[in-house]
Amino acid sequence: MKTQLCILISLIGMLSSNWLWAKEVVLNPKDPIQATIDRAKDGDTLVFLPGTYKLNSIVIRKPLTLIGKDYPVLDGDGKGNVLLIAATHVTIQGFKIRNTGKSNMDDSAAIKFFDSKNCIIQDNILSDTFFGLHFSNSSNLTIINNVIHAEAIREFEVGNGIHLWKCKNSFIGGNQVSGHRDGIYLEFVTETQVKDNLVQKNMRYGLHFMFAHDNSYIRNTFRNNGAGVAVMYTKNVLMQENRFEENWGSSAYGLLLKDIRDSKVVNNYFFKNTIGIYMEGSSRIEFENNDFRQNGWALKLMASCDQNTFLANNFIQNTFDMSSNGSVVLNKITQNYWDKYEGYDLDRDQIGDVPYRPINLYSVIVEKIPSAVILWRSFMVTLLDRMEKILPTLTPDQMIDESPKMKAYDLS
Amino acid sequence: MLKLLKYALYDILKSRFALIYTFFLFLIAVSVYQISDDLGKVSLSLMNILIMIVPLIAAVFATTHFYNNLEFIELMLAQPVKRIQVFLSQLFAVILMLSLSILIGFGLPMLVWGADSGLLILLGVGVVLSAVFAGFAFLASVMTRDKAKAIGVSLALWIYFSLVYDGLVLYLIYSFADYPLEKPTLALVLLNPVDLGRILMLMQLDISALMGYTGAFFRQFFSSNTGWLIASSALLIWIVFPNWIALKVFGKRDF
Repeated sequence: MKTQLCILISLIGMLSSNWLWAKEVVLNPKDPIQATIDRAKDGDTLVFLPGTYKLNSIVIRKPLTLIGKDYPVLDGDGKGNVLLIAATHVTIQGFKIRNTGKSNMDDSAAIKFFDSKNCIIQDNILSDTFFGLHFSNSSNLTIINNVIHAEAIREFEVGNGIHLWKCKNSFIGGNQVSGHRDGIYLEFVTETQVKDNLVQKNMRYGLHFMFAHDNSYIRNTFRNNGAGVAVMYTKNVLMQENRFEENWGSSAYGLLLKDIRDSKVVNNYFFKNTIGIYMEGSSRIEFENNDFRQNGWALKLMASCDQNTFLANNFIQNTFDMSSNGSVVLNKITQNYWDKYEGYDLDRDQIGDVPYRPINLYSVIVEKIPSAVILWRSFMVTLLDRMEKILPTLTPDQMIDESPKMKAYDLS
Repeated sequence: MLKLLKYALYDILKSRFALIYTFFLFLIAVSVYQISDDLGKVSLSLMNILIMIVPLIAAVFATTHFYNNLEFIELMLAQPVKRIQVFLSQLFAVILMLSLSILIGFGLPMLVWGADSGLLILLGVGVVLSAVFAGFAFLASVMTRDKAKAIGVSLALWIYFSLVYDGLVLYLIYSFADYPLEKPTLALVLLNPVDLGRILMLMQLDISALMGYTGAFFRQFFSSNTGWLIASSALLIWIVFPNWIALKVFGKRDF
């Protein structure tokens, strides 16, 4: 007991002495930044006074806290990276960073981390950067409340907003990313949480992850991106309470799932996307309590998917509820609410007595000949759909919801 | 002209058909509002009804109206008034009455239970389709001398534009599926007023699906105001053109 106490006290002593040793350095735009950083001791705090700092490839290799007072501007002058960091316990807070180089050769970024740990990047405003925040081979990162905006016109002119490669145990929260190629890009990233971010108007995907297992995505909003979220070659993902809105275009999806296994998509809201969810080659995913409203296609479920369950979702005012490319059905669709359901409920158990077929004839035709969409809702097409409902010939007859709900779930 | 219009309107109101039609539309709108809970669904159901019913009623009513008033028209033609005025007064009276029926029949429930842009466009489409099919009916009426034949022609036009035409287009799309079809289909659709009205509604209801179309031409059409402009001006031509021909024929016809 005594020895433990001794150790504790000495530990506290060491820590506090470290804190006592650490000092605060104030910088203004005229100071030589790299030299000051090199001179600083571990744990020092550098406070940047307001002004414009022209910086290029500033290297930080020790634990430092960089704080911007009233948002000083770090201007990369259109060349290379602004800050390069390879250290532990680095905090960067309250800066405006702009004008990085525009090059794929070195992936120019506003702040680039290598082999770092326990870093915090907070409350920064990035504009006109190629990559915004770029991390590789790092862990325990906290990336919160940054505003990252680029103004590129074409996809190849810009990198990703927040880019993580081979990272783990991180938290990405409350950021706003717009105008980049991918809003948030994760590759070989594990055990990371992406929460409360607003990702919009990015050229390719709002959130893109590849080979990124065991992550969760919660309460994010993906609006008006090329595609909301693209999930590829990944297992064990939790997607919860996200909003996918107005992702419009010929290959635009709210959520694109490709080769995903053992995941959960729960309580999400899909609104006005061209395609709510597009999935292929995916298995054992549970879709529960999602709200699909006013999408072109709520669901495109390719025949290569198996053992997925769709339970208790709302399908309301979608142009087409579902489409598929084959007649094989290896998925389970049950107890959803479909607003196009026209059955009855004689025993009053709130479950329709006749099954619902989510795929209608015309969605099959439009799948084959896209320009046929122009005749949708004409009397002729309505007649054809009715006929098909009575005598299914073209639509897969296995694709049915045996127990459709009579009333919509309250998922607000 | 105004006096002629007034007499024509009196005449229509006396026939009670206007009241029944308005009441019928009103009843439909009220029941649709009662059944469906959100406005999108309401505009969908009302659209399905409107696209079918309104052209039919407009065609039949305008033809019967013309023939019922043939004696009055002949009498008027004996007076020192211009033929164009006689014709236009009858036409405007019919269009006015049909439009008012829609505006009141569908509009009143909208005032009570609320409306969105889709429903307002629906009203506009209803009015325009009434005008277009009244034009067709007048054309059919001045071209023939027999009431039954004129009604037959109007009905044939209605069936053609509401049903047969779409079937033909679908058949064409199916047959030429291997070719880029966006421009031809769009052009074909412009040649049918009912389809035009439907597309204006589609742009409200199904914009998400329409934006998914791969052809750049389609996307451009639907994404901007261009689509609106083209569709509405095509509809305008559809109103003016049949009436203009009918007017020409009426001007030369020997009663």
